[in-house]
Amino acid sequence: MTAMPKFNLRYLPLAVTVSLFAVMFGLGSFFYAGFFSLQVFFNLLIDNAFLFIVAIGMTFVILSGGIDLSVGSVVALTTMVSASLVEQHHWNPCAVIALVLVMGSGFGFAMGCLIRFFDLQPFIVTLAGMFLARGLCYLISIDSISITAPFYEGISQYRIPIAGDNAISVGVVIALALLAAAIFLAHFTRFGRTVYAIGGNEQSAVLMGLAVGRTKILIYTFSGFCSALAGVVFTFYMLSGYGLHAQGMELDAIAAVVIGGTLLTGGVGYVAGTVFGVLILGVIQTLIMFDGSLSSWWTKIVIGLLLFVFCLMQRLFETRASKREGGFSAFAWLGRNPARAKP
Amino acid sequence: MRRWVARAARHPLLWPLITLVLLCVFNAFFSPGFLHLEVRGDHLYGSIVDIFNRAAPLMLIALGMTLVIATRGIDISVGAVVAISAAIAAVLIGGTLVIKDGVPEYVARIPMPLALLAALGAALACGMWNGMLVARIGMQPIIATLILMVAGRGIAQLITNGQIITIYYQPFFFIGNGFLFGIPFSLYVVAAVLAALLVATRRTALGVFIAAVGINPTASRFAGLNARAIMFWMYAFCGLCAGIAGLIICSNVKSADGNNAGLLLELDAILAVTLGGTSLGGGRFSIVGSIIGALIIQTLTYTIYSIGVPPEVNLVVKSIVVFLVMLLQSPTFRAKVFRAGAPAKS
Repeated sequence: MTAMPKFNLRYLPLAVTVSLFAVMFGLGSFFYAGFFSLQVFFNLLIDNAFLFIVAIGMTFVILSGGIDLSVGSVVALTTMVSASLVEQHHWNPCAVIALVLVMGSGFGFAMGCLIRFFDLQPFIVTLAGMFLARGLCYLISIDSISITAPFYEGISQYRIPIAGDNAISVGVVIALALLAAAIFLAHFTRFGRTVYAIGGNEQSAVLMGLAVGRTKILIYTFSGFCSALAGVVFTFYMLSGYGLHAQGMELDAIAAVVIGGTLLTGGVGYVAGTVFGVLILGVIQTLIMFDGSLSSWWTKIVIGLLLFVFCLMQRLFETRASKREGGFSAFAWLGRNPARAKP
Repeated sequence: MRRWVARAARHPLLWPLITLVLLCVFNAFFSPGFLHLEVRGDHLYGSIVDIFNRAAPLMLIALGMTLVIATRGIDISVGAVVAISAAIAAVLIGGTLVIKDGVPEYVARIPMPLALLAALGAALACGMWNGMLVARIGMQPIIATLILMVAGRGIAQLITNGQIITIYYQPFFFIGNGFLFGIPFSLYVVAAVLAALLVATRRTALGVFIAAVGINPTASRFAGLNARAIMFWMYAFCGLCAGIAGLIICSNVKSADGNNAGLLLELDAILAVTLGGTSLGGGRFSIVGSIIGALIIQTLTYTIYSIGVPPEVNLVVKSIVVFLVMLLQSPTFRAKVFRAGAPAKS
């Protein structure tokens, strides 16, 4: 475990991600006038603040070897509940925000309990959760509800000036605060170490006497909380609630986590990597926007390609690592899918 | 007689069938004319025919998905493959108005059989790509197919240039709307695929091989099975099924929409497969069960529409069904709930 080469290998995906972002931003600055500015970078943060938040929650889930497909629809549900309560029932915005955060956490908690107590696959549980949350959106209303409450409008338009004319939004501040909390949670708490241990090998974690079950429930609760928080930020950003909001955001979040260098099999990765994963997705969109001649669907194709390249890279590392450990190289092609690894 | 009942009670298709029958009884009770069939012209009309017809694409995809899930995999790219296949067919066929001998006539851009072959070929290639990633490179099935799910929609939009392409070519509409001997043509397609699968899995060793790979890939490899090849071809077949479904959907709505064709279809297909009694853990699969599962979903949708509940409830009902089915399928849940109650009963 302490061997130097392996240590370097673990940092390599992160290094690749960071340099890819630097190269893409550099290329953009080289080819397009006005690209190289602090505000373009800040806009990346402003336009993707909700994705940051969702992806941070997703990082913990994937680090533990699970997956959460419900995040996008929980974001949509949050916008819908907020809009409905604020606009149609005239609730106090602060009470609404508190309520939706509790609601999102509760949603995640319930899914975590199903996964923990009945040994269900996270994939199928969160898939059903995704159906449920979207369905609940449509139960509230099938139309978009726009928000005109002064509190929401005020926060939506408020810009915090940094370094002269440049500014960031409130959403970015929330995302950065969550990022700091998440890094602390992942690397400096017992919870974080348990998450890594579960992802590395769940049975070993159980045998070590770690609170695997409780941590699993907490991971999904945290992801639900992040989705709800992202929903709040998304509400500020869009100023409306709509059942079709954030469609496919779970895919963007998973893509960001993978591109950020987190192994899908769990146990390896960094929250910081996810940040760069989101930034890369944002830069692709910005590049395509600056270019003007490329259509929006190229974003999807490029993200798919990047996903492919990063997954391929991960497989290469895994195969090499298992060869070095010896013995299991013959089965390397089977993958380290926890469902398969069961004896 | 008693032994027969006991055997029937343990039959894996019993619960899906009971669900379907209950739904039908409910419908027959609450929406008059549900069971009514009538021959109008030379077509068979009625709610049941309608349900079968609308369920055809889902049944096809569920068939492909069953085999993938049986090998412990999953394919979430089927919706995108549907969009790609529909887009290719729509762009290649197109249809332009030509006046021939004074009669206006729509002409396909390239001959229809070629266009269909191209669309199916592309779908097969998509499936083989998934198969390669999973079986050769060894990626996790969810992620391997996630790549195509994200990129596939982009590719479909690239093909249609981001627009909804309308088709003006009469013969193409036959696939999704035509009737042959009074029955919708799409059902013949489903029946053909189903028959081929049943023969392949029941009359040859393939069914056992698939189950073996699903139960334990390593053991099946040691037993001399080419597990990789089996997995690879299951994904390829699933892609092909999605391609056929794409053609039916495209022909039915007479247009191709790269962004929305087959949206969320992968989830419906997975739901149909699980409802049919196929285990998500691999190994145990039922082809006929998946067909019944697809019919249950379509009947459920029909029921929701016909009893006047707002269609928005559909998703909530579906999700509750998924929760129930997966709990019932979970050995841990059954052990905790049913065993606890069993001693008191006996």
